[in-house]
Amino acid sequence: MLQFPIPLPLASGSMSIGESANAPVIDLHAVDYSILGIYILVVVGIGFALKRYMKNADDFFLSGRSIPAWITGLAFLSANLGAQEVIGMAASGAKYGIMTSHFYWVGAIPAMIFLAVFMMPFYYGSRARSVPEYLKLRFDEKTRGVNSVAFAVMTVASSGASLHALASLLKLLLKWDYDFSLWVSSIIVLAYVLKGGLTSAIYTEVLQFFLIVLGFAPLVIIGLNDMGGWNGLMSRMQPEFTHSWKYMGTTANPMGVEWFAMVFGLGFVLSFGYWCTDFLVVQRAMAAKSMGDARRTPIIGAIPKMLFPVIVILPGIIALGLASKTGSNYSIPNGVTGAPDYNLVIPSLIAHYLPTGMLGLALTALMASFMSGMAGNVTAFNTVWTYDIYQSYMAKDKSDAHYLWMGKVATVAGILISVAFAYAVKSIDNIMDFLQLVFGFVNAPVFATFLLGMFWKRATGHGAFFGLVSGTVAAIIFHGLSTPAILAPGETLPWIKGGWLGAHYGFTSSMAQNFWLAIVAWSVCFVVTILISLATKRTKTDAELKGLVYSLTEKISGEDEPVWKRPAVVGSVVLLIAVVLNIIFW
Amino acid sequence: MNFDLRLPIGILFSLFGIILTGYGIITRGSEIYAKSLGYNINIQWGIVLLVFGLVMYFLAKRSKDS
Repeated sequence: MLQFPIPLPLASGSMSIGESANAPVIDLHAVDYSILGIYILVVVGIGFALKRYMKNADDFFLSGRSIPAWITGLAFLSANLGAQEVIGMAASGAKYGIMTSHFYWVGAIPAMIFLAVFMMPFYYGSRARSVPEYLKLRFDEKTRGVNSVAFAVMTVASSGASLHALASLLKLLLKWDYDFSLWVSSIIVLAYVLKGGLTSAIYTEVLQFFLIVLGFAPLVIIGLNDMGGWNGLMSRMQPEFTHSWKYMGTTANPMGVEWFAMVFGLGFVLSFGYWCTDFLVVQRAMAAKSMGDARRTPIIGAIPKMLFPVIVILPGIIALGLASKTGSNYSIPNGVTGAPDYNLVIPSLIAHYLPTGMLGLALTALMASFMSGMAGNVTAFNTVWTYDIYQSYMAKDKSDAHYLWMGKVATVAGILISVAFAYAVKSIDNIMDFLQLVFGFVNAPVFATFLLGMFWKRATGHGAFFGLVSGTVAAIIFHGLSTPAILAPGETLPWIKGGWLGAHYGFTSSMAQNFWLAIVAWSVCFVVTILISLATKRTKTDAELKGLVYSLTEKISGEDEPVWKRPAVVGSVVLLIAVVLNIIFW
Repeated sequence: MNFDLRLPIGILFSLFGIILTGYGIITRGSEIYAKSLGYNINIQWGIVLLVFGLVMYFLAKRSKDS
């Protein structure tokens, strides 16, 4: 189960890119290198151009809250659109077909709209500089502490994993030296983040958005053409690969997840937990120049997000069709074990369809997405480190210039830790699987805490803290009691897959096990937070909670904005379109 | 912040467009296009990129002048 670098469970297997006997070999020519070179010059150039705007810590960590919504919106989407998504979603497309769209039309869209309409007013309005800081304002120090430390570890681990995946991929496809790719890409990211701070990261994320769309669209166009259009492609698929909902209740369901776990586990617990509370994405909205722009950020991101399956899932389905076409000479590359390695679907399609020239553009897009994924994590890390850990526990009342300096130190340190982490992933088997498991335990209950915090003023700091802890404990126990398959008597699994307390609950897939784990952890956190809150005294007065809790905050009327700019109106339209898409591809 | 992101986007994609179109013209009729079903995708997509880049560039220029 791929849970990195984004804690949202993706559908494909763990994204380790290793050896492959029949991996596509890609030869780059001068024209391809010139495209890659120009891209690198421009991103580093943007970093240097932004340097003069980085006057104080707010500029560096929050872009001085000065960025227009179209930029923060595309960055919001793009921060999550790392290479993991491009590669992972195509892999899922090849594995599960159109059902993969649930990660978009059930998973992401409702959560993004909820963030925009209901939650952004508290994040932006409270002037919190980070998501953990909101927890500090709303609850207490220990709740913030547990959230910020977990988040800081998670971001550098993700960034390291992203780096490792990039270097392994380049080694496999282009025969580039692993260490060379690793260090060069780290130095590029370091150069522009250090100079331009969050603004640099956001700007390059927007560049990357256009690069991914414009770099991969030709692949889809040519691929569809080759398959005889949409109908031609669909006629090559098994029926369960051509519908998103129809086969969910049957044994032909390729994902092995039933509708309740899909809607409640993925659509609610995991997606809301990710999109509405993960500082990596929320930070983009916090950098917007006004409350209106902050609220429009997730909505502007949601519109392209809704259409992204065309760019990221469809190539996986095209690869399946292509493999079944006689005379195409194409098959999905095998991994070391001889089984198909779906993570190589995108690179192999690029090699198959794109000639020199376009090839350089598509590979640049792929590399850009790895690097910008890393930059996103590093900018989230340096903020949480500086404000939520360093300023809170180590050096309270220092000057603004001091924190700016610390932020730069944290940027360098964050990148060095990422590099170290990349080497750890390379040399220690299963370390990433283990960390994904731990992050899954920690993340699963989080949304219950935010939901109660924002919409129930009676929720207390003790309630939130012990709710989170018990949710995580519940997740661990659930993992110990469940297995991703129904085991035959005497059959055992590696402990990392679950069942180490006895295989009491067998699921039909590891995805189903994961979704149910999230549901259980969330529910335990929700109930325990309520019970402990009722049993403990409130430590914050109504006045202190103003701007942090729904019932104590003035509603934003939005009367002064034109209709097409109001988050609730546009959000409803986007939701409606998502419903229609679900019906079309039912 | 007095920095219009559309400017670097415009420059970047215009350059990409020029390079790809140029390369596509030089390699007209080359067998490398067997991969892309016979379409000279470098010229075709290069023009798309160039148009996108120029639109971004001029939008940035126009808002700067006004």
